[in-house]
Amino acid sequence: MLTLKEIPCGETVTVVKIEGAGPVKRRIMDMGITKGAELFVRKVAPLGDPVEVNVRNYELSLRKEDAESILVEKTAEKTRV
Amino acid sequence: MPLIIALAGNPNSGKTTLFNALTGSNQFVGNWPGVTVEKKEGRLRGQKDVLLMDLPGIYSLSPYTLEEVIARNYLLDERPDAILNIVDGTNLERNLYLTTQLLELGIPMVVAVNMIDLLQKNGDLLELDDLSRRFGCPFVSISALKGRGIAEAADEALRRAKENIAPAPVHSFDDRVEAALRAITAELGDEIPAPQRRFFAVKLFERDEKILPRAGAARAAESIERIVCAAEEALDDDAESIITNERYACIVSAIKSGYRRNSAEKMTQTDRIDRVITNRVLALPIFAAVMFIVYYVSVTTVGAFATDWANDGVFGEGWRLFGLRIPGIPAAAGSALAALGAADWLSSLLLDGIIAGVGAVLGFVPQMLILFFFLAFLEGCGYMARIAFIMDRIFRKFGLSGKSFIPILIGTGCGVPGIMASRTIENDRDRKMTVITTTFIPCGAKLPIIALIAGALFDGLWWVAPSAYFVGIAAIVSSGVILKKTRLFAGNPAPFVMELPPYRLPTAANVLHSMWERGWSFIKRAGTIILVSCVLIWFLSSFGFADGRFGMVAELGDGLLAALGTRVAWIFTPLGFGDWKATVATFTGLVAKENVVGTFGVLYGFTEVAEDGAEIWGNLSAGFTPLAAYAFLVFNLLCAPCFAAIGAIRREMNSAKWTFIAIGYQTGFAYLVSLCIFRLGLLFTTGAFGVFTLAACAAVVLFLSLLFRPAARAPAVRTSTV
Repeated sequence: MLTLKEIPCGETVTVVKIEGAGPVKRRIMDMGITKGAELFVRKVAPLGDPVEVNVRNYELSLRKEDAESILVEKTAEKTRV
Repeated sequence: MPLIIALAGNPNSGKTTLFNALTGSNQFVGNWPGVTVEKKEGRLRGQKDVLLMDLPGIYSLSPYTLEEVIARNYLLDERPDAILNIVDGTNLERNLYLTTQLLELGIPMVVAVNMIDLLQKNGDLLELDDLSRRFGCPFVSISALKGRGIAEAADEALRRAKENIAPAPVHSFDDRVEAALRAITAELGDEIPAPQRRFFAVKLFERDEKILPRAGAARAAESIERIVCAAEEALDDDAESIITNERYACIVSAIKSGYRRNSAEKMTQTDRIDRVITNRVLALPIFAAVMFIVYYVSVTTVGAFATDWANDGVFGEGWRLFGLRIPGIPAAAGSALAALGAADWLSSLLLDGIIAGVGAVLGFVPQMLILFFFLAFLEGCGYMARIAFIMDRIFRKFGLSGKSFIPILIGTGCGVPGIMASRTIENDRDRKMTVITTTFIPCGAKLPIIALIAGALFDGLWWVAPSAYFVGIAAIVSSGVILKKTRLFAGNPAPFVMELPPYRLPTAANVLHSMWERGWSFIKRAGTIILVSCVLIWFLSSFGFADGRFGMVAELGDGLLAALGTRVAWIFTPLGFGDWKATVATFTGLVAKENVVGTFGVLYGFTEVAEDGAEIWGNLSAGFTPLAAYAFLVFNLLCAPCFAAIGAIRREMNSAKWTFIAIGYQTGFAYLVSLCIFRLGLLFTTGAFGVFTLAACAAVVLFLSLLFRPAARAPAVRTSTV
C-alpha cells in the first residue's frame, strides 16, 4: 500500500485509509482528506517539506510525516482533467 | 437584552470583511478570557439592539484546537439568538463541513454563500433553493467585498432569531450510524432540549471528552460505549472518523444538483502565481526580497523617519511643519509648567515621568502602523500562508512556526512591533514561544550598548558586534528547543495542516482597518504598563536621601535607584559586573535599552555622551575586564526587554502569568548564559577556579540536559485550561 508521502508531484491519488488517531488524524480529516477523496499532489516546498496537495478543489499543505499516515491508491488517469 | 447573532465560518471565507461591512465602526475588540485569541463584537448597522459576535475562524467544532473550543463553548453556553454562517462559494465542499456541524446545534441559522461575484464570473452553478432544501436551512448569496446581499443576509438571520425558527437538519448519515445515534439519543438526560439532542448524540458517539459532562449521560456511559464500539466494528473505523466521513459524503451528495463549478479552466490564477512564488528555486529569493522590502520600509526608512519624528520631534526638541517650528511636547509642557509656577516635583513628574512615559508608548506607534499595514497586506493577499509553507521546515525544528520569521526579523529593528507581529501565527503555542524569544535578537536600541562595549573594551574588534546577533539567534534556537520540551508547551502536537488560500488583492479598507485595530490595541493595553513602569523608575531615580533627609535629588547617583543598585549589585558579582553603576544602568535599560549608555555617562560624571558613549570608553576600560564587559553585554541583550516590549508581551499573552513566565525565563536565561561566559572564560584565560566556576559548569550541564532530554509527556488535552 502506498502512502501519500511516496507520491511524486503531478499525480492524482484516492484516499484509502488514514492511520493513527486523535487530533492530527481528526484535523487531516476535518480538512476534507477522507476515505475516497481525491488528492492531486501539486508540489513540494523548496526545502523539501511540507507538500502541497489539492483536495476538494482547494490547496492544502501538510507535512511529510503526516502524509505518511495517509494510505492512497493511484487514480485512473482519466479522472484528472 | 439585545439580540445576538454569531458570525461563524472558516478562515479565509471573508468573515472579517463581512463583519466590518455589517458593523461599520461600532466594534469592540478584546480577547476571549484568559487566552490569546481575539474576540470581536459589534453593533449591527441600523439596528440598535442587535449585537454581532465574530467567532474565531474555524474549520470544525472538534475539541482539539483552542479556537474551536472557544467557538463551541460560546455556542453551547451563551446560545446566541441566531448564527450567520458565512461560507466561501469557491470552496463550498469544505466550508459546508462546518455548516453541517453548526446545523445540529438547533440554533436559528442562515448560510451566506460568499464570493457570489466570482462564482458568476466563472459561470458556476449555484441553486440556492435546492441547497436550502437539502440542508434544511436558508441559503443566501452575498459578496462581502462588494456589499451585495449582506443586509438581506443579516435581516434573514434577524427574522429567524426573532421568530426562533430553528433549522431542520435533513442531512443523514449511513443507516448503521443513524441507528447508533438514535440509540444514544435515547440515553441522553431529559434536560437536553429537543433541538440539541442530535448534537449531543453525535458528540457522544465521537467520544468527545469535553461534551461528556454536559450531556447528562454519565450514568449511561457504559451502554453508550457499547453502542459506539458496535458501530466501529460494523464500519471498520474509529467513531470520530466515521462521523467525518459521513459528513463529507452527505455534503457531496447534497450539493450535486445545486452546485457545480465550471471546470473549463483547471489552472487558476492562484496556481499560476504559485508556480513562481513557491517555486523550488525562486521561492527563497522572492521571500528574501519581500522581507527586505518590509524591513527596509517599516524599520529603516519610513519607519525610522516616523519614529524619529515622534521621539525626537513631538516628544523631543520640536519639529518643523512647512518651515513653522512646532515645539516638542516636553518643551511646550515645560514652559507651560514654568509659567504656572508648578512645584519642582510636579513638573518633574509630568515631564520626566508621565510625558516621557507616554512618549515611550506613542513614539513606537507610527512605525508600528507602517509595519501593521504590511502585515495586513501580506495576510490579506495570501502570501503569509506561503511564508509558513516555505519556512516551516526550518522553524518547526525548534518549536516555532514558519511565520515566526517575521516577528524575529522585525525584532532586529524594534522588539515591540516584532512581538505584536506574532499575532499572525494561528497556533497558540507557536505564538507564545515566538513572543518569548523575539526580543533575544538585538534590536535597534541595543546597538548603542554593543557599540559601547565593542568600542570601550575591544577596541572595535570586528567580531564583537556580529557576535551579538549570533548570541541572539543561538538564544532563540536553544530556547525553542528547551521550551518545546517543558510541561508548559507539552501537549498534543499541533498538526501543520494548513490551507493555502487563493491569492486575492485585499481591499484598502480591510488593510487600514486591521492596521488601526492592532495599533490601537497596543496603545490601549500596552500603554498602561509602560506608563506605570516609567513613572516608577522616574520616582526611584529622582527621589532619594540627600543631606540626611528624603526628597528630590539632583544627581542620579543620590537617588533611590542608585541606593538600590548598590544593595543588589552583589547579584551580578558572579557575572563579573557586580558594580553599582552597571546595575543602575541595567535598571534604567528597562525604560529603554539605549538608556544604558546614557546612564553610564551620567554616573561617570558626564552630562551628555555620544550615542556610543565614546567619552566614557576610558572609564569603562579601567573599571571592567573585557570578559566582564562581554558578560554585561550579553546579559543586557538577553534579559527582560524594555517596558514597551514588556507591555507588548503582556498585550499578546493576555495573561499576567504568561507575562511573568516570559520575563522570568528571559532574565534567568540571560543570567545563566552570562555566568557561563564570564566564569568559564575566566577559567580558560586565567585558570581561576571557584564556587561560581562550579555553578557555571552546573549551568552548562543543566542547559545541555534540557536541550537533549526527551520531550515532556503531554497532559490530557492541551486546551484543557479553557
